[in-house]
Amino acid sequence: MRVGHQGAAASVVAPAPTRPIWTASIVVLLLAGLTILHLLLSNYQVGLATEILIFGALAMSIDVLAGFAGRTSLAHGAIFGVAAYVVIYAVTQLGITPVAAFLLGVVGATLVAALFSLVSVRASGVYFLLLTLALGMIVWGICLRWTDVTGGENGLRGTLRSGLLRDARVFYWVVLVSVALLSLAMWRFVRSPFGLTLRGICDSESRMHSLGYNVHFHLFIGFTLSGFFAGVAGGLYAFFNNFVSPSSVALLQSVQGLLMTIVGGVGTLFGSFIGSAAILTLQNVVSSYTERWQSVLGIVFIVIMIFAPEGLIGAARSFLTRVLGKHPRRR
Amino acid sequence: MNRRQFLKSTGVSFVVSGIGAAPWISAHADAAPIKIGVLAPLTGVVAAGGREMVEGTQFYFDGIGNKVAGRNVELIIEDDASNPDTALQKARKLVEQSNVHFLMGNLLANTGLAVANYVKENGTPYFIPIIAADDLTQRGRINNVIRVAGYSASAFTHPLGDWALKQGYRRILTVSQDYSFGHEQCGGLVQVFTEGGGEIVQQFWHPLNTADFSPYLGQIANTKVDAVFVMENGADATRFLQQYANFGLKGQIPLISAMNTTDQSIIRTLGPECEGIVSAAHFAEGADNPTTQKFVADYLAKFNKIPSLFGFSMYSGAMWITLAIEKLGGNVEDREALLAAVRSTELIDSPLGKPVKLDPYGNPIYDVYVRKVLRRADGKFWNVPIETYPNVSQFWKYDPETYMKQPPYSRTFQGIKKS
Repeated sequence: MRVGHQGAAASVVAPAPTRPIWTASIVVLLLAGLTILHLLLSNYQVGLATEILIFGALAMSIDVLAGFAGRTSLAHGAIFGVAAYVVIYAVTQLGITPVAAFLLGVVGATLVAALFSLVSVRASGVYFLLLTLALGMIVWGICLRWTDVTGGENGLRGTLRSGLLRDARVFYWVVLVSVALLSLAMWRFVRSPFGLTLRGICDSESRMHSLGYNVHFHLFIGFTLSGFFAGVAGGLYAFFNNFVSPSSVALLQSVQGLLMTIVGGVGTLFGSFIGSAAILTLQNVVSSYTERWQSVLGIVFIVIMIFAPEGLIGAARSFLTRVLGKHPRRR
Repeated sequence: MNRRQFLKSTGVSFVVSGIGAAPWISAHADAAPIKIGVLAPLTGVVAAGGREMVEGTQFYFDGIGNKVAGRNVELIIEDDASNPDTALQKARKLVEQSNVHFLMGNLLANTGLAVANYVKENGTPYFIPIIAADDLTQRGRINNVIRVAGYSASAFTHPLGDWALKQGYRRILTVSQDYSFGHEQCGGLVQVFTEGGGEIVQQFWHPLNTADFSPYLGQIANTKVDAVFVMENGADATRFLQQYANFGLKGQIPLISAMNTTDQSIIRTLGPECEGIVSAAHFAEGADNPTTQKFVADYLAKFNKIPSLFGFSMYSGAMWITLAIEKLGGNVEDREALLAAVRSTELIDSPLGKPVKLDPYGNPIYDVYVRKVLRRADGKFWNVPIETYPNVSQFWKYDPETYMKQPPYSRTFQGIKKS
């Protein structure tokens, strides 16, 4: 496989499904671990685990584009936030049932993603990055200023979970199952023939074009679907937080999602959860001990970038192959 | 590379697990302390105010030996990062992991509203000495959210509007930051002022973090008005007051302001450009009564600065809650009793120098000072009362039920009386 022009970030495309049994058993073990995990944790830690899953799904949706289509988006935080806004608005202002509101939120996010992709798929590299950044900022501006609908600076509040879902552990289960299904969908998507065309585009847009593929249409579908995934995560977040404000659609949200992807390893999909766990845990633990927690986070990122530029999963993978005496990963 | 990488990653994981283990080790230190969760923005746009909040809280509890009703007090301080999502995360952590008995703090309205929405679900008492969002003690009040030693945004600008009328002002122009704290403070003044026969000539709303006010100042210079009302927070306040003076408007058009614009956190960095500005508030550091002056002197001695609203409010809020806990005999585990005790407690001997009670909606009733910024003998500036409005309700002179039927103040609703 040819190394993409995106440099280190895109070069670590996931290995071909050589040993699906291995992958499957790891996933099964992980799921089993996650299901018993909550028995050992306090309510707050279960909440944190829920958040890690939700943001992991967001990071994964970014990875679908960044790792496989070579398009690094800074609009996914905004798409994620739009879903959260729509869900809470629909429940509190329109009086729709939470489930219907959730679907509406996902549809809304997908539409926004479709709109964004119409504007941005023709660009690539840094131009794509800047375009999506600008689009995300527009959403943020609207959420901040359209006070009648979005509540402006104060955001929207509501109580979305009722009955059994109020219990943190039950909600964790629901999120675990939803995120597992969602990641399965993303995993299948990037391995589907269509997903392979995205990888082809990542490697060489002109070659795919000359082979007769409608490159822009493929990217449009890819972006929209990845927006759909981010939207599902955003909808779940609305239920988790019962609250949404402009900070949920701000640039920082997109950057944080992207950082999770990078820390976990771009192109590894499941690394997103590692990244999300690493960042959220660090944030929560370190900020209780020092006001300088952002500096600590910054230093950790720099260390990761220097010593594990291919992300934690990538680093672990190359470490394992060396220890087991296998040939280094295929390019 | 390989070995180095291994060493690095194991090193990092040891550090991480070490940090993770610390809270478990320290958890069993004391028998049964009263645990108080303090949320304050120690990073982000309002970090300076957040640090003063922590100072004020610690100053009070240190002053009483960190003991209330025979029980030790344990303050667990968390940074809300000036961000509502972080505030919510930290509130969850304090309640569900640290098992605090109650929460207090937060600075920005959006962080307070987010936390209030969370405690509404689980009933944890939440005290907000700084959060001024009107509706938390009005249309959207929550049983377990009490504004001890705090104020609702429009409560002090109502009397300021009345005061402006009494000065003979008939035409006022307002300049304000464009967010709900600004809308509410402006609305309070505008409603009372227009209902009393005044006219609002124009209202400028500018985004937070406006660097250059000259477009507004130019228009103000060309408009014939009796006074300008300004509501600014943080760096905007400093910039506005400096540019107002630089434009030559100071001394030409009287400036009246929301209390936070001439708060110590702003004017301690300013020179004569802040002198003479009139605002209305419950607290005036220059008030001529012994308790206030003792508090100011002690604070000045300890922190080398005159206390701001943030330090003062958290100090007094902590005092209020402490009085209530004393009354309960230290039984903070009974939430309902704690809330009831706080509600029925009268704050005495606070730096305000006057007793304060809560109204039935959980908002304090203050004697409101109209204050003027004056120069002290040592060259520092402070707010000195020039007039007092006794027993001001958050509903001013309106009937609470009627008042709450009108929409909350916003950019589109300022309570302007059509004449």
